[in-house]
Amino acid sequence: MKIIITLAYLLSSILFIYGLKNLSSPKTARMGNFYAMLAMLIAIVVTLLDKKIVDFTFIIAGLVIGSAIGVIAAKKVHMTAMPQMVAMFNGLGGGASAFVALAVYYRMTAEPQLNIIISVVISLFIGALTLTGSLVAYGKLQGLLKSAPVIFKMHQTLNLLLFTSFVIMGIFFTINPNNSSSLLAILAIASVLGVLFVIPIGGANMPVVISLLNSCSGLAAASTGFVLSNNVLIISGALVGASGLILTRIMCKAMNRSLADVIFGAIGGVVSEDIGKKDKQRVIKYAEEDASMILESAQSIIIIPGYGLAVAQAQFALYEMAKTLIEKGISVRYAIHPVAGRMPGHMNVLLAEANVPYDLLFDLGDINADFQNTDVALVVGANDVVNPAARVDKNSPLYGMPILNADKAKTVIICKRSLSPGFSGVDNELFYSKKTMMIFGDAKDSINTMVKLLKA
Amino acid sequence: MIEPLLISVYIFVLAIFVGFETITKVPPLLHTPLMSGTNAISGITLVGSLISAGSGHSKVSTILGLIAVIFATINVVGGFLVTDRMLEMFKKGNKKD
Repeated sequence: MKIIITLAYLLSSILFIYGLKNLSSPKTARMGNFYAMLAMLIAIVVTLLDKKIVDFTFIIAGLVIGSAIGVIAAKKVHMTAMPQMVAMFNGLGGGASAFVALAVYYRMTAEPQLNIIISVVISLFIGALTLTGSLVAYGKLQGLLKSAPVIFKMHQTLNLLLFTSFVIMGIFFTINPNNSSSLLAILAIASVLGVLFVIPIGGANMPVVISLLNSCSGLAAASTGFVLSNNVLIISGALVGASGLILTRIMCKAMNRSLADVIFGAIGGVVSEDIGKKDKQRVIKYAEEDASMILESAQSIIIIPGYGLAVAQAQFALYEMAKTLIEKGISVRYAIHPVAGRMPGHMNVLLAEANVPYDLLFDLGDINADFQNTDVALVVGANDVVNPAARVDKNSPLYGMPILNADKAKTVIICKRSLSPGFSGVDNELFYSKKTMMIFGDAKDSINTMVKLLKA
Repeated sequence: MIEPLLISVYIFVLAIFVGFETITKVPPLLHTPLMSGTNAISGITLVGSLISAGSGHSKVSTILGLIAVIFATINVVGGFLVTDRMLEMFKKGNKKD
């Protein structure tokens, strides 16, 4: 029996890896997700055959309640709200790990083994930290908490102090595992640390936090695997941990920040002094009529959507406009900056929901060279990601950040609410360029007007 | 006594490498489904939760196990379903919708 269970867990691990491998193309991705589901199902069924399980009441109750909530959440959630949903799920995964660690401790009968003790400590710590950290992230993204960074005096000192006391408590517990109070102290410390970790991070840095918490939820699962000496948990947890780390790195790079900067820096909202001094007269306001004429006479257009697009709920109007232009024989493509949404890849999902076919969506690296041969770059609700200062101005906080070269196109049309700076707080000289047409107003209204004009 | 832990560390490190190799190939287009999908996978903790909830050792252990089962199940079911919902929306252009 033991052999069958072990082999089934191996099969499950293979299917998880195979599933993730299939995520490398949109054609196979859905199948990949299905393989991962199958892997999960195998792991669960095999576990239920375990001799250690004597009572199924609570298992069934838990599965039914959990599934019901899961199904409703997955069906109801708006695509714009994906970041907070993922944040919440990260937290639940971490929480489950913490509770399993505690449960394992409370059912230990014989003198516990050293490897289990160490694993319980680590699992509890990562799990609880992921749970509270994710809850704060959820609160910020959902608007329940202020999204601006909250930082107080001695913040980092306090974090360090808490971490040190965790290590001390961990050693106490390892020496004397019968004393449950040190374990509960670890639970408390980790919970507080999770909150303190996420609360100083805000606004544009949220994609990094979600990625990092994603990684933590994987590591929490892996640590539960260490507690239970179960390889399928260790392997799948490690896969998730690696995935989260990769995404964290990509997000940091796209925002031109180091991870340490994001976690300990609490920057954002630092307004550069030049603002206000700029001669705003140079901005020429255009009307939708002008823009639609330019669009109509173009041969190639690249659309650069930013999160402002999603805020204005203008994805569908944008799709309508792109469709009209394509029907007129104009080449229309989308350039997606890695931080265009509120989580990695978010903008792609929002556009896919608006029926934009994915072969029109291009990553920064794949399309940036094409801007110079493009007639119109249409920027909707984006700012920092097209700021040419990132390329040339060594004093700009954006300097070095990879940007979309909208300024290389023959004409730039920018739909924006106002001249207000982006998250970086830096002014954008592209707004003042001679080839730029600024259209102020709600993106949805502006685009809808242009659609009407184009169809007329 | 420490030996089983070392073997686990062994597996863990190798799996991290597999993860890096596999996931680096996922295009930015699919990063959100990747995240929600891996999120669901991290709900594998459910396996541990089930044993805790069903082993009937002590009340505390069972209750903790029950909470863990609920949390992990939401994570697994919700995560996979929402990933599928997203992936379904990704369509290629040349077929008219």
